[in-house]
Amino acid sequence: MKKNHLFLIILGILFLIFPLVIRSSYYQHLVIIIFMWVVIGSSWNLLAGYTGQVSFGHAIFFGVGAYTAGIFATKLGISAWWGMMFGGFFSMLVGLFVGWVCFRLRGPYFALATLAGGEIIRLIATNWESLTDGMMGILIIQTFKSKLSYYYISFVLAISCIYVIHLIMKSKWGYYFVSIREDEDAASSLGINTTLYKNISLLVSSFFTGMAGAFYMNYMAFIDPEVVFSLHYVSIMAILVGIVGGVATIWGPAVGAFVMVGLQETFRSSFFGLAPKWISQAHALVFGLLVIFVIMFLANGIVGDWEKIRRNVFRIRPSSSS
Amino acid sequence: MALLEVKNLTKAFGGLMAVDDVSFHVEEGEIVGLIGPNGSGKTTTFNCINQFFPVTSGDILFKGKSLIGLKTHQICHLGIGRTFQVVKPLARMTVLENVTASAFCRVNTIKEAKDEALSVLEFCNLADQKDKLAKSLPIAGRKRLEIARALATKPELLLLDEVAAGLNPGELDEAIELIKKIREIGISILIVEHIMKVIMTISDRIHAINFGQTIAEGIPQEVANNPAVIKAYLGEQHAQG
Repeated sequence: MKKNHLFLIILGILFLIFPLVIRSSYYQHLVIIIFMWVVIGSSWNLLAGYTGQVSFGHAIFFGVGAYTAGIFATKLGISAWWGMMFGGFFSMLVGLFVGWVCFRLRGPYFALATLAGGEIIRLIATNWESLTDGMMGILIIQTFKSKLSYYYISFVLAISCIYVIHLIMKSKWGYYFVSIREDEDAASSLGINTTLYKNISLLVSSFFTGMAGAFYMNYMAFIDPEVVFSLHYVSIMAILVGIVGGVATIWGPAVGAFVMVGLQETFRSSFFGLAPKWISQAHALVFGLLVIFVIMFLANGIVGDWEKIRRNVFRIRPSSSS
Repeated sequence: MALLEVKNLTKAFGGLMAVDDVSFHVEEGEIVGLIGPNGSGKTTTFNCINQFFPVTSGDILFKGKSLIGLKTHQICHLGIGRTFQVVKPLARMTVLENVTASAFCRVNTIKEAKDEALSVLEFCNLADQKDKLAKSLPIAGRKRLEIARALATKPELLLLDEVAAGLNPGELDEAIELIKKIREIGISILIVEHIMKVIMTISDRIHAINFGQTIAEGIPQEVANNPAVIKAYLGEQHAQG
């Protein structure tokens, strides 16, 4: 336990000094995007991994957060940073509605309902031009010139998200969430108000995802419905981050974010320019293969099956103390 | 006033009358057995009592208060615990976590819940299994876990749905001991059971149903000798009781 704490502190310090040492804005950008995905992946994991309500529609909350920040900035002239808070808040409101509709369904039907929800809200954002400017998207002016501020903001956001989820999972809520995942009928017979606690899980999840969306607006300074409400680039990516890293583990989504963003970038840049250009088209294929591999051999993800990886890849026998 | 009073309970699934005008009651401190052949409506009666589905007609009173229209979790908070015939362990949680989750029904902090869970596990002879995953328990352990989980919600009335099914003779005796111990701490019990050794030894009264209708009620000996019961049930399958 102490060893783990030391490891985390060292890791934290490394991330704190990383942008001071590595001045390349490209690598700083990559880590910022990774931090953002840590937030989205961890939020998805709270709802899907711990509470068992698999969402295929986290783009709903990401997009609502991003658009809240964007619309506040362009229509009301309020700094998009305020949008970070309001983004989380509005995402929660939308989450309340999503929960009201989708929690009437269980299991795969819930997943399909959230999938449909994501597509519906994408179409609304595309067509409600008076509010969202439709496919024109929203363009704001970045607050900071250097990436350093964005780096630390996203770092704090990622740490807070993981820490809050860690606290929740150690509380009564955590026990209730996992009970609901394991057996909803048993949970309700044990006095657990399953509808209420599923909604609580969804609200926390949507709040942090909305914050991440609002951060994205601030950082990228441009959004359109095809990007922030994208099934492929947001909803599915959130699931991949969770599954690859390890569902229902605190650090899984964080590891998953590194792997997935790293892979995505490696392919997008055709192995940093070393491979022929066409290979950048292959990233979806590789994601697919990766998911098949993870499900077949590492069903609990990298973090969940870490012992297995140590045994089989590094040939390390678990020490007698563990 | 009876602790639990079921009045003219009727539950229809489409045209099928699963429970048809059944009335019975459980007094405080009593163990009441509910028997009947397979498909006679015993588990349906349980599912009506804790409102897993809405009843078609009739009323269910707990301490004089109607349960109709309440949610399942509210019924647990009122003081009715239940176990499931097809056990529902929270599989990927440890035994201790299973019981802790249900202890939160009455307490709010982790420490209180864990303490309560530990004492319940001690009571149910599961304390040495507390760190095992629930899915790794054999059937006898899972049945005990069902009981432990229900007890951790501090019920006044416990609904036991075939907690002895699938146990070997030694485990059966332990189960009977456990049920008697539960009565001794002041919890009333409504029990569904097929195994006559269990139901005949522990019940104060027995209520027999078949095809959703009451066919006999009374003390175990009376019911066992009732011709309708023998015809419906004991005479054909469990006469050796």
